[in-house]
Amino acid sequence: MSDIIDTRQEFTQDFDHDAHHDVQPDRGIVRWLLTTNHKDIGTLYLWFSFLMLLIGGSLALVIRTELFEPGLQFIEPAFFNQMTTNHGLIMVFGAIMPAFVGLANWLLPMMVGAPDMALPRMNNLSFWILPFAFGLLISTLFMEGGGPNFGWTFYAPLSTTYAPDTVTYFILSIHMMGASSIMGSINIIATILNMRAPGMTLMKMPLFVWTWLITAYLLLAVMPVLAGLVTMMLFDIHFGTSFFNAAGGGDPVMFQHIFWFFGHPEVYIMILPAFGIVSQIIPTFARKPLFGYDSMVYATASIAFLSFTVWAHHMFTVGMPLAGQLFFMYATLLIAVPTGVKVFNWVSTMWRGAMTFETPMLFSIAFVVLFTIGGFSGLMLAIAPADYQYHDTYFVVAHFHYVLVPGALFSIIAAVYYWLPKWCGRMYDESLGKLHFWLSFIGVNVTFFPQHFSGLAGMPRRIPDYALQFADFNMVSSIGAFVFGFSQLLFLYVVIKTIKSGEPATGRVWEGAHGLEWTLPSPAPYHTFTHPPRVVDAEAHS
Amino acid sequence: MSNPPDQSIYYVPHNSWYPIGTALGIFCLVVGLGTLLNDLSAGNETSHVLVYLGAIVLSVVLFAWFAKVVEENHQGLVNQQLKRSYIWGMSWFIFSEVMFFAAFFGALFYTRNLAVAWLGGEGAKGFTGDYLWPEFEAVWPVLNNPDPGLFENPGASMASPGILNWGDYLPFWNTVILLTSSITVHFAHTAIKDEARTKFVGWLAVTVALGVVFLILQVEEYVDAYENLGLTLSSGIYGSTFFLLTGFHGFHVTLGTFILLMQLIRAMRGHFKAHDCFGFEAASWYWHFVDVVWAGLFIFVYVM
Amino acid sequence: MLFSSLYLRHRKSRGVEPAQFHESTAIEIAWTIIPTIILIAMAWPASQALIEMYDTGGEDMTVEVRGYQWKWQYKYLDADYNQTFAFFSNLATPADEIHNRSVKGEYYLLEVDNPLRIPANRKVRFLITSEDVIHAWWVPDFGIKRDAVPGMLNELWTIVSQPGIYRGQCTELCGKDHGFMPIVVEVLPEADYDAWYSEQLRQAQARKEALSKTFTADELMVEGEQVYNTFCAACHLPNGKGVPPVFPALDGSPIATGNRDEHIRLVYEGVPGTAMQAFGNQLDAVALAAVVHYERHAWDNDTDDVVQPRDVINLTAGEVQ
Ligand code: HEA
Ligand code: HEA
Ligand code: HEC
Ligand code: CUA
Ligand SMILES: [Cu+2]
Repeated sequence: MSDIIDTRQEFTQDFDHDAHHDVQPDRGIVRWLLTTNHKDIGTLYLWFSFLMLLIGGSLALVIRTELFEPGLQFIEPAFFNQMTTNHGLIMVFGAIMPAFVGLANWLLPMMVGAPDMALPRMNNLSFWILPFAFGLLISTLFMEGGGPNFGWTFYAPLSTTYAPDTVTYFILSIHMMGASSIMGSINIIATILNMRAPGMTLMKMPLFVWTWLITAYLLLAVMPVLAGLVTMMLFDIHFGTSFFNAAGGGDPVMFQHIFWFFGHPEVYIMILPAFGIVSQIIPTFARKPLFGYDSMVYATASIAFLSFTVWAHHMFTVGMPLAGQLFFMYATLLIAVPTGVKVFNWVSTMWRGAMTFETPMLFSIAFVVLFTIGGFSGLMLAIAPADYQYHDTYFVVAHFHYVLVPGALFSIIAAVYYWLPKWCGRMYDESLGKLHFWLSFIGVNVTFFPQHFSGLAGMPRRIPDYALQFADFNMVSSIGAFVFGFSQLLFLYVVIKTIKSGEPATGRVWEGAHGLEWTLPSPAPYHTFTHPPRVVDAEAHS
Repeated sequence: MSNPPDQSIYYVPHNSWYPIGTALGIFCLVVGLGTLLNDLSAGNETSHVLVYLGAIVLSVVLFAWFAKVVEENHQGLVNQQLKRSYIWGMSWFIFSEVMFFAAFFGALFYTRNLAVAWLGGEGAKGFTGDYLWPEFEAVWPVLNNPDPGLFENPGASMASPGILNWGDYLPFWNTVILLTSSITVHFAHTAIKDEARTKFVGWLAVTVALGVVFLILQVEEYVDAYENLGLTLSSGIYGSTFFLLTGFHGFHVTLGTFILLMQLIRAMRGHFKAHDCFGFEAASWYWHFVDVVWAGLFIFVYVM
Repeated sequence: MLFSSLYLRHRKSRGVEPAQFHESTAIEIAWTIIPTIILIAMAWPASQALIEMYDTGGEDMTVEVRGYQWKWQYKYLDADYNQTFAFFSNLATPADEIHNRSVKGEYYLLEVDNPLRIPANRKVRFLITSEDVIHAWWVPDFGIKRDAVPGMLNELWTIVSQPGIYRGQCTELCGKDHGFMPIVVEVLPEADYDAWYSEQLRQAQARKEALSKTFTADELMVEGEQVYNTFCAACHLPNGKGVPPVFPALDGSPIATGNRDEHIRLVYEGVPGTAMQAFGNQLDAVALAAVVHYERHAWDNDTDDVVQPRDVINLTAGEVQ
């Protein structure tokens, strides 16, 4: 297998040459507040996202505690709705998306051979908007009348005419998150298109770079639509317009069309970078090149393209005309084809490889298997007449947690294990990592698998209390949630332990790893590739 | 920066307080705005302090930030590659703006062709109208709302009076003005490419002036709508879509005019060269974009 | 199986040398086409089912289903879509069961005071809409679910052959008590249904006649308490203390102890933009009079007036049904 740089030696020299007039990081808090360094900003994003995971997860644990048994035990229904809403919002916008942006920050410049992100100051701004936005959102929970309580999908008119006053802050915090995402994606696009080292052609880029490029376009196309939507809400609430009110000639269902025009691409925003991560990790530990690189790229692009044509599969029960119903059903089913191509490619990559099962690989394999389960339940939902039964039941909750938790979240965890040695120069504790994996793997299935059954048995979602026939499934699910939740504290421990006292890591870290980032020493120096490396004409992607 | 600029190196600023300052300004502004709106709607006593504070912080920081970028350019820190990053950045920012307006246009098409039709008893879901809103008829512009008790009917619409009467139809003149301004800004661009500085400043000034005239006329139109026609944000879906679309467009024209004005001031201070005028170019792209949106507005909001 | 072969046979520790293949157009085409065929096989019957479900014509009777925060209203319509009679269907599970103070019954959270009644073997058409936010009407055993959208109308139909009791729930988040607005449908044999239907018509008539009657204070308190517990207690609580600041207390409230007409008007018109609905289009004059009377004399409230149906009718210029 040919390497991507002609010689590692030449490259290291290059780096040394930079080092003597290199700028070192500032000390203390100032470093983090004012930094323009992609690695610092990546670190900020990742810690922020982990904090959000803990907060959002804690809300989930409140939900699961209340649902442990039938009857109202701990919290009032009004508060339960705030928990559901904020859990969804914080996880989607606070945990998953910033984690991917953090990974992009750390990795894209190193993968394409760039000195930094294209627009470093704006990069810092993209990050620092987030703590303020989430600070504002979370503070609404403590305000009079309570925080947002209308679900993360905030359907009008529950979120307009019937919303608590804090909805105004909610709207503005969404605006801020959107601004952050838009600037982030502009930066990523500019970095990928403009900052590649000579020889790093598009079809040689690692798949993580490809998937992020496409994701950035999705973000650019849909975040402004979300901004437009919440702006219309703001006007309905404060300026008397009637976009979502039939009495004035509007239509509450229009809200849903616009929301899901954003929302469906949004769920792929949360999975495409995950596809990229897994496509980096599996070849490394199978010691075999990725099967079907080209088709992986085309499949990703097709998924992104199709994602704009399927939004109303979330609205099969709103009473669309028949033609719409059929169109959105067919388009949705179609997405399974390119996604299937990806799954088959991963499996073929592993086929007859020489496999080892380090923690990142374990998480990646679990990703492939469990994501596929989530994908199949997605297909079941896509059949419109069947969706009449599943819609707004726990079956949907099971579906999307399977694609989001062992999907998106597992890929992020895998990425952290995979690149952490590169970031901090130390190896994590493999046996603790494996323990973390098995606890998570068991926890996630115990939590979410029973939800398929409670859903099929007819349990609606977003309810604080339920009929007796759902009791057993819920109890199991709640137990799983605690196992899964607390095993993430183990993750925290492993990461901190690694940073503090892990064994030193080599530059290449993994025997089978390929790609520019592995040509750097570990930990990667503060500034890298200030002079572009030369990429030889070979299979650059791993 | 102690080391001399090296044009082969991509300039990465070491650190910067602009971003965090901007974030603080935005936060302040947003909290102030939210509180203000809530107080207004609840009829409570209001306070603008935070809004002003946020706006001031934001303007000061952004001004400093842009000034810094200009200065870096003059110091020769900005190499060709970095310029390309700016170009990508601006282009995709404009794309995101396009999508922002797409949401509003989408709302217009949806309400106009589907919601209003159904409420008026037409189309695939026409039974809605027959059963729930027997009085309501589907005509656009909607001058009689489904429930006039909740959303007062507008007195008149802004719809085009027919092409023959465009002579005293204000939106038509606004169209002329904006289209012209797109041409003048293009003239300014060709002028700077020829290093014809006076022409450049001249055409740029004309463009800014046209932008201002457009805005004045737009304000006049709004005053007329509110005071004489009884057409307001709260007069049902026609008023809602009309003011949202034209309002946000107007807001963008304001921004665009301001940005062009800044470039004009820079031009008069001798900034820009034939091969180094990205600040101006970015502003002019933005201006063209605003112009294209107006063309869409004129067709779909006024004429059709 | 696939994965176990991957796991076990191809561990590096077994000294496996990695194969290096990474491209095969043929196999890629195969795994594009085969899923496509499977998908078409899935989509075909689904489309047929949809087309059938959308055929709402040829019905034997029509019922309007209207969602409210947090209850359902069923209006039986005649052939011209005029209402013959209507009633509300509220959660019947006692608060004690919900708060774990007593043992939960078999149909915990799935029981209502007045179930929707329909005949077996007739095509029933439902017109679904909402008064406030979006709800969704779902009876799993009928295989139908449709959103109730305010100001918009959706249609559904069903033919049930087996008489019996069918249960479902609201499935669109609709606020605080979304989890507490069940649906119960009692499917009656046709003859039983017809008898029940005539009885309902007769009662609706009797109710109309009661509008001009004068009630005693005691009668009003009895009727009022019942209306209050069904319609008002969800927010203002049975003890009248409410959940301030969102849901004000009525015990000692300036309105419930102040001017009588203003009190009537507030309940009749509701408070736009809040959860306080306009009960004028949910309750008739008798019920309105009774509940207002009750609120003015229950708990520590003790005004010296009596509220009669005619007061309500006069005040609202006869608009009330
Ligand atoms: C990462 C996020 C993510 C991803 C990737 C997906 C992927 C898919 N989703 Fe999911 N979805 C969500 C997140 C996601 N979803 C969320 C958050 C919601 C709920 C939102 C809310 O209401 O709150 C939701 C809800 C949702 C609904 C609405 C349900 C309802 O509310 O009634 C539907 C309906 O069609 C759906 C379908 C699909 C489909 C068809 C896919 C496909 O992309 C899946 C494709 C994958 C496979 C099919 C598996 C692999 C393929 C093979 C191995 C090939 C062989 C297979 C064959 C073709 C036979 N999803
Ligand atoms: C995007 C990703 C994402 C992730 C990762 C998760 C993670 C989890 N989710 Fe979430 N979920 C959503 C997205 C996500 N969810 C969305 C979009 C909805 C829909 C919302 C809506 O309906 O509007 C939803 C809804 C939802 C519901 C349905 C609620 C309802 O309908 O009423 C439930 C119920 O079980 C649930 C459970 C869980 C659990 C148990 C986890 C677990 O994986 C969480 C694991 C827990 C932790 C990781 C926390 C660990 C913390 C501690 C141990 C405490 C320590 C604390 C501190 C130090 C501060 N989720
Ligand atoms: C869905 C919740 C809800 C229900 C059900 C409800 N109310 Fe209310 N009610 C409210 C709210 C909210 C307010 C406060 C409105 C405001 O902001 O002024 C209110 C206010 C009132 C007030 C004025 C109290 C005061 O001091 O301001 C009266 C009287 C009242 N309701 C009577 C009733 C009666 C009678 C019923 C039943 C027939 C009823 N309410 C049912 C939510 C409800
Ligand atoms: Cu009504 Cu949920
Ligand atoms: Cu979707």
